[in-house]
Amino acid sequence: MNSSTADVSELDLHAYVDGNLPEERRRQVEVFLTAHPEEKERVRVYQEQNNTLHALFDPVLAEPVPPKWQNPERHWTFLLKPAAAAALWIIIGGSLGWVLRGEYNGKSAANIKFAKQAAIAHAVYTPEVRHPVEVAAAEETHLVNWLSKRLGNRLKIPHLSALGYDLVGGRLLPGDQGPVAQFMYQDKNGQRLTLYVKTDANAERETAFRFAQEGTVAVFYWIDHRLSYALSGELHKDELLRIANVVYEKLNP
Amino acid sequence: MDDAADIATHIPRLRRYARALTGDMTSADDLVQDTLERAWRRLALWRSGSDMRAWLFTIMHNIFANQLRADRHNQTPPTEHLSANLSVAAPQEDRLILRDLNKALGNLSDEQREVLLLVGLEQMSYEEAAKVLGIPIGTVMSRLSRGRDQLRAMMSGIGAVTQLKVVK
Repeated sequence: MNSSTADVSELDLHAYVDGNLPEERRRQVEVFLTAHPEEKERVRVYQEQNNTLHALFDPVLAEPVPPKWQNPERHWTFLLKPAAAAALWIIIGGSLGWVLRGEYNGKSAANIKFAKQAAIAHAVYTPEVRHPVEVAAAEETHLVNWLSKRLGNRLKIPHLSALGYDLVGGRLLPGDQGPVAQFMYQDKNGQRLTLYVKTDANAERETAFRFAQEGTVAVFYWIDHRLSYALSGELHKDELLRIANVVYEKLNP
Repeated sequence: MDDAADIATHIPRLRRYARALTGDMTSADDLVQDTLERAWRRLALWRSGSDMRAWLFTIMHNIFANQLRADRHNQTPPTEHLSANLSVAAPQEDRLILRDLNKALGNLSDEQREVLLLVGLEQMSYEEAAKVLGIPIGTVMSRLSRGRDQLRAMMSGIGAVTQLKVVK
């Protein structure tokens, strides 16, 4: 051990702080640190710097994105990509069809926005290594009580272990009309799913599943008696639908 | 796949980085705005399937670096690194640590701050940070090492001053 710990370099210490070391090397560095209290203290301070940076700036992630950033004036950008331009015209044609059929109204626009917000929250929090959730699954009772209280509705956390997805935990997020809850799940390959839940006071009703695709994130969303749900994952539509069905069954046993 | 929508999913992270980098909400949002405009304009040049986060952060770095060059040329005094969002519900003592670190961060060189944030906040690997900043990985490591050490010195320096006062 001594021979392997003797050559611990400055680079190793930083890689240790940032969690970039392979398991074996990490253990060697730990042995080295036990023998060198001054270096151990320095590493502790660096880790604290990282944690403090997150505490300082992570709240920015939850700030609502200004609309001008969500809707780029992209018509002429698309001209550069003929295939994309063609797709755009198909979309315009399709949307016109919707309008003429009278399907497009404020409600569906709000639903589409809900799916988009769910997808953004998914994309923001699922890559987090150190802070994926505010409250971990180990404190599930506290998690569900806390979020139920904040959303003003009794929430249930569906268990998806039968599908290979374990609960990681959850967090509270700001939404348009109040607080939103996000639950995160993960399978053994690190693939993550999020369930985004908000209270919908006016919606004493149920809807069918609707589908949206935001970049690589697929979303199924629905309303079920005063709560709106959106299940997001970087999965194929069919696979996500299978999981969404299970979520729905677990919520309505 | 809609690449423009893909850009949108990275906005909160770009914004967090910009806020930490500039220390000021207005300059940060201007930097995000400039980055998005350039990204939308150049979307056709983006190689589908490559890492979009790295591409966007590279654009942001280039714009930031250009602004610094222009500022230095015009001899504009550096803007004060104002406090970020300190409305975080933290106990008094924690809030002081947050404020101290934010202040110390503003006293680092821009080059050190960039590395420290890409690694510590954005959690990029050293290779990714080197690519985004267009510098060798050895330079990333030396800036990271010096930046962290300076932060440590500044934070403990603040502690030492307080102690002196207590003694008097």
